[in-house]
Order: sequence, then C-alpha cells, then structure tokens
Amino acid sequence: MENRKVYLDNSATTKVDPQVFETMKPYFCEVYGNPNSLHEWGREARVAVDKAREQVAGLINAEPKDIIFTGGGSEGDNLAIKGTAWAMREKGKHIITSAIEHHALLNTVKWLGRFGYDFTILPVDKHGFVDPAELEKAIRPDTILASIMFANNEIGTIEPVAELGAVCRKHGVLFHTDGVQATGHINIDVKNLPIDMMSMAAHKMYGPKGVGGLYVRRGIRLTPVIHGGQQEFGLRAGTENTPGLVGFGKAAEMAADRLAHGEIEKESRLRDKLIDGLVGRIPEIIVTGDRVKRLPYHASVCVKYIEGEGMLLLMDAAGIAVSSGSACTSGSLDPSHVLLALGLTHETAHGSVRLTLSHETTEEDIDYVLEKFPPIVARLREMSPYYHK
Amino acid sequence: MMYNQKVIDYFMNPRNSGRIEDANAIGEVGNPKCGDVMKIYLKVGANEVIDDIKFETFGCAAAIATSSMVTELAKGKTIAEALKIKNSDVAAALGGLPDIKLHCSLLAQEGIEAAVADYYLKKDGKLPEGYKVPANTISPKVGEGNIADEEEHYVSEDNRNTDEKK
Repeated sequence: MENRKVYLDNSATTKVDPQVFETMKPYFCEVYGNPNSLHEWGREARVAVDKAREQVAGLINAEPKDIIFTGGGSEGDNLAIKGTAWAMREKGKHIITSAIEHHALLNTVKWLGRFGYDFTILPVDKHGFVDPAELEKAIRPDTILASIMFANNEIGTIEPVAELGAVCRKHGVLFHTDGVQATGHINIDVKNLPIDMMSMAAHKMYGPKGVGGLYVRRGIRLTPVIHGGQQEFGLRAGTENTPGLVGFGKAAEMAADRLAHGEIEKESRLRDKLIDGLVGRIPEIIVTGDRVKRLPYHASVCVKYIEGEGMLLLMDAAGIAVSSGSACTSGSLDPSHVLLALGLTHETAHGSVRLTLSHETTEEDIDYVLEKFPPIVARLREMSPYYHK
Repeated sequence: MMYNQKVIDYFMNPRNSGRIEDANAIGEVGNPKCGDVMKIYLKVGANEVIDDIKFETFGCAAAIATSSMVTELAKGKTIAEALKIKNSDVAAALGGLPDIKLHCSLLAQEGIEAAVADYYLKKDGKLPEGYKVPANTISPKVGEGNIADEEEHYVSEDNRNTDEKK
C-alpha cells in the first residue's frame, strides 16, 4: 500500500474534533468575560459554562451539579484521592487501590502513604481484572476509599465496576474510578452504577487538553486541592477555562451521539480485525488485556524477543503512531508496572506495543498497519540474540 | 527525547548485524530485565586482528545503533586496539546520544570486553592477569575474581561533555 499516516495512539491523546474547535472559537476573542462577573460579558460566559456542564453530565447520566470541572484527568484523580483523604481523616486513613492504576492515581496514594495514611494495592489476574472478593477482603474498619479504574490505558481491560462498587457500598466505603480512558467510549450511566466519583479528561475524547471533570455523587464531602475562590461549588478554585470547557462539553455531546449510533460495534470490529490480524501474522505474540471486556478502540500486544522502542521508531518511519510500555520509552529501568502486574516477565513486557484507534480510523488504516508491522517485527528479530532463526 | 540523524541511520541500517557461525569468540552482556542485551561475535585472525565482527542486540534504537557502531570501530583492529575503544568513542562516533541513552554506549564497550575475554579463555584457557569482565556479563562465565565491580565501569567524563547535535 502507498505510504499513509495512521495515528493509533489515541489512548495517549486524541485530535480535537474540528466541530469541537469551531464551537470553542468564539470564547477567546468574543465571549471572553469571566463567568463569575455580573456584567453581560460575564453572564454570557457563565451560560456557556453551564451548558458545557449539562453536556458532560448528559454523557454519563449525571446531574449537572455533580460535575466538577478540573484541569484534566490527573487533577481529577488528585482531587478524588486527596480530597477524600483529607475530608475523611477523622473517620479513617486506609485507602485501597489496584496495581494497574495510572501514575496520577498511584503516586497520589503513595504520597499519602508518607503522611500517615495506609494503603493496600490489590493485585490483578493475567487479564488485568481486579477481583471483587479480594477487594472485600482488603476492606478494614478504617477504610475510607477504594479507587479502581474503569478501564486501563495500557491493556484496555474494563473492570467489573458494578461489582466492585457494590462491595464498597456494602461496607460504607467510598468508591472512585478513574474513567479517563472509558468516558465517551463506552456506555456509562452513573445513576445505575454504584460509583461515588469518576475522573474524566477531555483530551481522550476529541476535546482539548488541559480540561477534565470529576463526577462527584451528591452528598460526598471533599476537601479541595486548589483553594481560592468558590468556583466549582467550592471544590476547585480558579477562573473557568471557558473555551476549554465549551470544547469539553461539545466533545461530550458528540461522544454521546456516537455511542447512541453504533460506535462501539464499529470500533470493536476494527479493533478485533487488528488484533486477530497481528496474531495471525506474527508468531510468538501475546495479546495483553482481556479479549472481550476491553475498550472498543484498544489493541495491545507483547512481541517476544524484541524491544518496544525499536518497533515504535520503525512504525513511526512507516507513518504509524503507536506507543510502548518498554523501559526505554519510559526512561526508567523497569517496563510498565501494569504489564508486570499481569505477571509478564520483564523481557516480554519490554516488547509491548499499544495501538489505539480513533473514531475516524478506517479499514484501510488497519490493512496498512497489518501490512507494515510484521516485516518490522521480522527485521528486529533478525538482530535479536533471543530469536532463533 | 530526540535521536540525531546518525543514530537513526545506524538503527535503521545497522552495519554488521547477525551471527558468525564459526566465531572464535562470543561475548554477551546486559540484562534482559532492563531491556538491553548485546551479543558480540568475533572472528579473530592472524596477529590477533579482528577479521570479522557481528552483533545481535535486544534493546532500543540507541542499543542497536551503539552495537553497530562499536563493531564498525573494532573491525580490522587488533584485540589490543579494540579493548581501547571506550563508550565515549562510540557515542562521539554517533554524534552524541541523549543523556538517558548514554548507558547504551557503555554496553557496547562492555560487549567488546566480554567477547575478548571469551577469546582469551578459548585460546589460553584463562584470562590475562588482571583482566576483568564487565559486571553485567552474561557470557562467558568466569570466576568471581575476574568480574569487575559495578563502579569500575561508569560513564566517562568525556561522554557528559559530548554535545548532542541539535
């Protein structure tokens, strides 16, 4: 096939949808007031922020007042964990989370561990699932919060959030889930799920970077991370990023529309074609994450005997963007903690590649990747001391 | 983190990759847990000249590029000359490496040291007086007294001053 550009790193970030961008434009130079101001400039901006809040709430079937706008997914994770830990410190100081959480969550929990908080990190099975029974066993009288991500960014596995949340409910423990990868890509209805808080990020769903939200169920007390004015119901100070929020809202509305019109099926089919195609063409390859309970746009594999950065660069030279969990790509000596948590050896984990589709990825794009990837593997394996020809 | 054109070239078009079936020395260094393993094959001829040298590497672009470069630098040299090749020479020959990738050039130097150790073991049944293989040598296997301490091999000062061509 003719060389083409194929962006398959949508788990890292997505393109801002042109319609989202158009919707944002007036809010830089035309409607630029501070939404907190009483004059007309401010009121117009306030209307826009309110609308964005409704749109984001609509995506997950929440009430608008339950959406706290933040500066992104990491901030939402910080607010959920630190906010709960501080607000509930008289009740208890034990937090439960999983071994495969995003660093924004894990590092926050570990940081609290240095200041008198206790934490338990639950293991996962080889597909990346957290066992609700394990969660239940870990709960103590002083447990205040459990945080298990809705779907994992590196391996795509979708956790049994309903069961995990139910266990927490039963024991009076708050349940937060990092929904950054899942929101906008699968159906999430917070009225019918035992979720107390959920982090979201605009830039994972074709919205702008630097904007996100934390869903917080009514009645939950949190201490702000960012103190100051009373914006976001007193939970997140700072003048609202009106254009960013408008973009987030529009992106959420468009995501809801796609979900209502077969997007999951469409993406899943292409994802499966990609995964099956790679497995069929490349010997000694492992698919990471669950095959079925998996994000519709997410493919991830470990290719034995070679290393991730090498594959990444050769794919890049072919016009294809992917990512890897190898140590070399993360700048540490260890490969991804998520892959190690699955029980993979270091060597295998170093050969990881993640390919994440967008809603615009085409059949031809998948065919192109299936054409280019196997020879790249063969070429690197030729050079490997571990591959026996 | 950006690789310069030369490193990319040596990664995309590696010189001397492969095995030597009738090699008279093979050295393997690194740590698969860290994601970096280098295997160097030597064909040593008359007057201890390295007639042929090949590499196999499990590792990132920098690991592959530095392996390739070290084989280019060592080919046609004597064993004694090859042992003088330092990681800074490899990095300099590549026009520099990003800071976090400098350790790959060290691995290239160590690959030669391990291969040469194997040469001596096969030729003389023992290592020369005071010869120590790098701490992360996978093969040849030698006695504990012949393994260098970790500290004896560190990134040379020269490397820290190597300017990456922007």
